[in-house]
Amino acid sequence: MSLIFAIFLPILVAIVIPFLFKKISSIHTGWFVLIVPVVLVGHYVTYISAIMDGTTYIDKFEWIPSLDISVVSYIDGLSLLFSLLITGIGALVVLYSVFYLDKDREKLGNFYVYLLLFMSAMLGVVQSDHLISLYFFWELTSISSFLLIGYWYTKDRSRFGALKSMMITVFGGLMMLGGFVLLGIMGETFSIRELIEQAPTLVGQEFFILALVLVLIGAFTKSAQFPFYIWLPDAMEAPTPVSAYLHSATMVKAGLYLVARFTPIFALSEVWVWLVTGVGLLTLLWGSFFAVKQTDLKAILAFSTVSQLGLIMSLLGIGSISYHVTGDLVTIFTFASFAAIFHLMNHATFKGSLFMIAGIVDHETGTRDIRKLGGLMSLMPISFTIAMIGSFSMAGIPLFNGFLSKEMFLDATLSLQHFNVHSLESWWMLFPIVAWIASVFTFVYSLYFVLHTFRGKYKPDLLPKKAHEAPIGMLISPAVLAVLVIIIFFVPNYFGNTFIKPAVAAIQPLAYKVPADVGFHIKAWHGFDSIALYMTLGVFLIGFLLYKSIAKWTPIYGMLPARMSLNGFYDWLMNLSDKGANRLSSSYMTGSIRSYLIYMFAAVIALLAFTMWTKDAFVINLTNLAPIQFFEILISVVLIISTITILVTKSRLTAIISLGAVGYTVALFYIIFKAPDLALTQLVIETVSVALFLGAFYHLPKMDKYEKGKEDRLFRLNNFLIALGVGVMVSLIAIASHSQKLVKSISEYYKETVYSEAGGGNIVNVILVDYRGFDTLFEISVLTIASLGIIGMITVRLAKKKGDRKVENK
Amino acid sequence: MEILMSILIGFLFMAAVYLILSRSLLRIIIGTGLLSHGTHLLLLTMGGLGGESAPVLADGITDYVDPLPQALILTAIVISFGVTAFSLVLAYRAYKVVGTDNMDLMKGNEDND
Repeated sequence: MSLIFAIFLPILVAIVIPFLFKKISSIHTGWFVLIVPVVLVGHYVTYISAIMDGTTYIDKFEWIPSLDISVVSYIDGLSLLFSLLITGIGALVVLYSVFYLDKDREKLGNFYVYLLLFMSAMLGVVQSDHLISLYFFWELTSISSFLLIGYWYTKDRSRFGALKSMMITVFGGLMMLGGFVLLGIMGETFSIRELIEQAPTLVGQEFFILALVLVLIGAFTKSAQFPFYIWLPDAMEAPTPVSAYLHSATMVKAGLYLVARFTPIFALSEVWVWLVTGVGLLTLLWGSFFAVKQTDLKAILAFSTVSQLGLIMSLLGIGSISYHVTGDLVTIFTFASFAAIFHLMNHATFKGSLFMIAGIVDHETGTRDIRKLGGLMSLMPISFTIAMIGSFSMAGIPLFNGFLSKEMFLDATLSLQHFNVHSLESWWMLFPIVAWIASVFTFVYSLYFVLHTFRGKYKPDLLPKKAHEAPIGMLISPAVLAVLVIIIFFVPNYFGNTFIKPAVAAIQPLAYKVPADVGFHIKAWHGFDSIALYMTLGVFLIGFLLYKSIAKWTPIYGMLPARMSLNGFYDWLMNLSDKGANRLSSSYMTGSIRSYLIYMFAAVIALLAFTMWTKDAFVINLTNLAPIQFFEILISVVLIISTITILVTKSRLTAIISLGAVGYTVALFYIIFKAPDLALTQLVIETVSVALFLGAFYHLPKMDKYEKGKEDRLFRLNNFLIALGVGVMVSLIAIASHSQKLVKSISEYYKETVYSEAGGGNIVNVILVDYRGFDTLFEISVLTIASLGIIGMITVRLAKKKGDRKVENK
Repeated sequence: MEILMSILIGFLFMAAVYLILSRSLLRIIIGTGLLSHGTHLLLLTMGGLGGESAPVLADGITDYVDPLPQALILTAIVISFGVTAFSLVLAYRAYKVVGTDNMDLMKGNEDND
């Protein structure tokens, strides 16, 4: 099976899913879907041993060869680990959803189409070597995630959550595209592998930091980092299999993947190191702090996911310090990358199982509100066991894999003491302290999650349903994950060698040529001289005390006003852009034609005046002018007087007659300037026009009946200023352009050949019907259309529709 | 003479724009009429106002006025006449149907925005 085909396999299957759903209604559609991830897991497992030896695989599909855009599937340690997570947890989630979603009540066709679309998109993201196809799949994950969150589209909260996640992740995706394009321009290639090779030359370039920041915004929005994490808790309106799959194990890790994948390029800049580490730690602290406040099981898990993603992010940041140090320090810091990937895998296992348990609790009791739950331990013993394994692993308690990665994390933050942080000796202390506090809160909410749900008093009167153990099929997937949690604790180095080392070798290609070079060994016991051990003990102690006194200190959450929160800011921003855009457009789209005319004339004046001013365009040239004669002055005066009459008269008759006078004066100008045909036409047409005016406006009211009163003086002054501006600009341009004639007229040719070529004496008429006869043809068409239109207007009277309102005229 | 004509044309444009900006439909159409007069004269002026004789071949004359702007203006006059006639009838019909010639009132209402 080719790699490209493997990526698109889920989409291809998605095409037939609706038919299966419609035609075979006796079997749950999920069983058919299950085949896809199982086949793909089997496919990707075959690569493991070769990847461990440092082999990489590549497969290319030319998409738009002329633009050098192709879908390139590249498998190395990092993308193989992600592909296995996506397909493996995908298989478990599909299995879980078969029991979770009712085949008679739910639109399963939609659900599985979206889910398969998402699976393809995710595989595409982690395997793409081409930036543009990476972006393509990235947006496909946003879209399919949007569809999945809004799966129960009749619920308001679902639609709100879907829209919010769409807005934020697509914003980030677009930023990321900008970063990709900058990278592509700087490196003159869109291939990530080629960019990694050029990384040393890219660092110094002008747009390097901008590209770095833009790509990071993409990663932060997708991976729900501070301050973009706000979409994740609202995405919990999705069906639980979706939350388990997208919002814990796969999609939110796309940002982490992106950071890991681009580390060999961007880590050469210290900005990257501090942004990734700092934002990661802040998210870790923030997420763990607010997780304790939540009362909804899935919301606790959402904030916990946010915080754990922050942890992994900060580890990736610390890992990228290795690019700035030499000697033994390289190994110390690459250990952080190792810890990051290890925790990424661990998190996928325990968080996936916890979400599924939250779904089971919801499914079997009818609520996810932790205040109503309690005492489920004896009723749901298997779920309790799985939940306990998951939460204890999340809390970092020994015997579960979370313990190992938490220890490695604390070790990694402590290793910052070897790196001179901005030349300030004690700055590094900040990082382990923040990490430690966050671990305490993680401990608290993990205990809170499992103990408040399953221990304490059973409250049957608060529950919509009578609680009982879930069907066995629903328990399979979380049980598999929980078993993995324990297995990883006991044989961590098997997983380390198989999955983590190849992935680290991909993140740190400079330090390690082949995965076997990565010499880390995971051990559960570090000896008594390990500071991390004492930090962990401190976490357990303080965490336990805080958990016991949880009711006493939770009121501090009430101190932060709701409006100050990031969600409040998001709502305010959405509201502002909505209302603001509305107010802005209704402020200038008045619906009055006069306003639009003013905009147009003002724009014309401003543009022309600005151009003339800046280009120094006004030239006046008094040579080569025709002489001024007495008649011309006389006619000019008549023209001016009749124009002024139009402006000031109150009677429409005077205005029409004055317009006629202007027309006849123009005809006199044509006579003086030796244009007999024009004079003839002008006289005739002016006569007809005046007749038309008189005929058409016989019934109209007096002209200036609207221009009265105080307000109208301002109205008139405005109009006058605009009109004056237009007039002055026209005069200036006319004078300037007449003063700088650049070429001679082509009319000499007409004058010389009018008789010899065309056989006529009247040059104007010959131009009209011979040299430029096409103009005349279409001018005839214009007249025809105008007269047909007039006939149409006068004779065709459509019957008035009932309820048409007349505009009042008072 | 060209300078004088330019100023005169500017004045015609000014009057036309002022009329077009008013509320009465009749004044607007009169404004468009003035605007086309201004434009035609501008075409003529820009072609140059010198020249001894009208562009009709005659013996012994060599210095003709430029014929090309005249042909252009002739076309323009006819077209603007067609458009003016059309808009006049349109305005007449509009007044008959809507019952007003005040542009500010012919904005439509909430229902048909």
